[in-house]
Amino acid sequence: MTTINRRALLGTAAAATTLPISALRAQQAQTLRLGVLTDMSGPYRDPTGPGSAICTQQAVMEFAQRLGVQAEVIQADHQNRPDVGANIARQWYDQGVDVVVDVPTSSVALAISQIAREKNKLFLNSGAASSDLTGPACSPNTVHWTYDTYMLAKGTGDALARAGGDTWFFITADYAFGHALQRDTTTFVERAGGRVLGAARYPFPATTDFSSYMVQAQASRAKVLALANAGTDTANCIKQAREFGLTRNMQIAGLLMSFMEVHSLGLETAQGLLLTESFYWDSNDRTRAFSQRVQPRMPNRAMPAQVQAGCYGATVHYLKAAAAMGAAAAKADARAVVERMKAMPTDDDAFGEGRVRPDGRKIHPTMLYRVKQPRESRGTWDYYNLVATNPAEEAFRPMAEGNCPLVRG
Amino acid sequence: MDDFFGIPAPLLFGQLLLGLINGAFYALLSLGLAVIFGMLNVINFTHGAQFMLGAFVAWLLLNFLGLGYWWALLLAPLIVGAFGVVLEKTMIARLYKLDHLYGLLLTFGVGLIIEGLVRNEFGSSGLPYRIPPELSGAWDLGFMFMPVYRGWVVLVALVACIATWLVIEKTKIGSYLRAATENPALVQAFGVNVPRMMTLTYGAGVALAAFAGVLAAPIYSVNPQMGSNLIIIVFAVVVIGGMGSILGSVITGFGLGIVEGLTKVFYPEASATVIFVVMAIVLLTRPAGLFGRA
Repeated sequence: MTTINRRALLGTAAAATTLPISALRAQQAQTLRLGVLTDMSGPYRDPTGPGSAICTQQAVMEFAQRLGVQAEVIQADHQNRPDVGANIARQWYDQGVDVVVDVPTSSVALAISQIAREKNKLFLNSGAASSDLTGPACSPNTVHWTYDTYMLAKGTGDALARAGGDTWFFITADYAFGHALQRDTTTFVERAGGRVLGAARYPFPATTDFSSYMVQAQASRAKVLALANAGTDTANCIKQAREFGLTRNMQIAGLLMSFMEVHSLGLETAQGLLLTESFYWDSNDRTRAFSQRVQPRMPNRAMPAQVQAGCYGATVHYLKAAAAMGAAAAKADARAVVERMKAMPTDDDAFGEGRVRPDGRKIHPTMLYRVKQPRESRGTWDYYNLVATNPAEEAFRPMAEGNCPLVRG
Repeated sequence: MDDFFGIPAPLLFGQLLLGLINGAFYALLSLGLAVIFGMLNVINFTHGAQFMLGAFVAWLLLNFLGLGYWWALLLAPLIVGAFGVVLEKTMIARLYKLDHLYGLLLTFGVGLIIEGLVRNEFGSSGLPYRIPPELSGAWDLGFMFMPVYRGWVVLVALVACIATWLVIEKTKIGSYLRAATENPALVQAFGVNVPRMMTLTYGAGVALAAFAGVLAAPIYSVNPQMGSNLIIIVFAVVVIGGMGSILGSVITGFGLGIVEGLTKVFYPEASATVIFVVMAIVLLTRPAGLFGRA
């Protein structure tokens, strides 16, 4: 008795679910799937991480329905390891994910750009800084949104050197990223007539005490102390530069610093620093509106940082292009979507109007900011005074200098 | 101006002094490790996380209870030490009879869990903590600019090291401890509560780590990974000094700080490696470490 009952029950259940499942499958085939692959547990978690996923979701919430497409967002942690990141990306692409979003840490991003190209899927990069992504390693499947090492070097290096900072000392993280940042910045400094008086390359990531380099920097009598590093290393350097009194007679430039590092240092310590960003929540009415929409859902109710805003902007533009082509066509050929993204002008609340160049580089104006003094700040998150704006066409490396095979000849 | 190998003498003196200051941190941290290993035979891989907890507790005390640096210097070691006592009672005590490896794996795992939890709660980029106003400012030594706070760190670290050494070598409790390490059963037979003594020793070792954490909070970024960055070097210091040797870890801590400081002048790229080169040489010539008993 019981056996028959159970069988009958199972049969009915199976029959009942068959129809919805096939309907669901048909629907799923049209759903654009975005995977946010980022640093959820390491040193870059705060300026990227969960906030990147939330900003990507924000773009989907605001635009998918309006554009008449269905989209869903999933997320994973790449632990800043190229092997882990590459495995997840492969798995995602094979399981029907159309786009990988964010991916801080250049080594991971370069690996994923390669995989996206192999599988004809899309890669929207916001978090990685290496300018190689639109240079020798450029790809017809990759769009590089927020920043890169060239733009950071130019934004801060060029402006400071022109403003009279003609002698420089570098504290550099001793690996590819640090070297590239120092090299690119040096180019701008020398072009503007400045000189580099010295550099200390410290072992990465095993260094916490920078006092020795602070004393060397002071002894060099350079006017500018440039930090070619990122994350907590930068925070440590700034804390110790202040402790050793370097801020009295040297200008400190954080070559890759964001809002989140300033927040973590506190204005008391960070005041007076110069840094370059392509997004700041308090730039204009549109950035303020976007930031206030997303802030309630952010971790610790933080304002979005530039990489997170970049995930939003890139996703908005992707959804527009995919909607224009039709979801089925967009899912079938990522290269065609990127072509469409390059053909359409971009426009979103975080970055305003801009465009994606043929080499995959998204261009927009960049801003040089000086960190406010504590008494100038009107409250938490009010951190910057604008010093200068670099127009979109001048802020990034000219396409001809990038050696990107896509645009050669 | 006199030059040494192309480096101006004032710069060299400055670097020696800075090396000594870093050495103070190494000494203080390796002291806790040496005490724990010497008495409990456990290689405490949670030490880095406990150092970090000390700094975080200081931040919490300031931001939630309004208690500043001086209170933190007293309270944070007590709070984190109490946590260490709980950890020892509930987990580590069960592993004394097993191979060292089990203790190492357990404490390593606990350290990773603590680090992960703190990162989830406070994020990865760190929290601001200021130098107390009494100790801010700097002395101009002529050849360099010496922050007052760094001088304070050396002073406090030296006092803590000497005090610990005196307690263990010159007091009655210390003699019980040393005896219990040699032969716990016999000491127990004399009516000394050996398990409780072990627990308190672990708590004291952990408190030393937290104490170093509070000292570090104003000068290093207070973030979840601050301990794991430093702890590898500190382990090397303990191995070079001789596992479990208190005097060894203190002298080696200061010595290696100076070696590292000099490397930072002549070839900074090697400054993280030089300590491990020294470790390799010492292990090849004296496998028990400089001050260890073979």
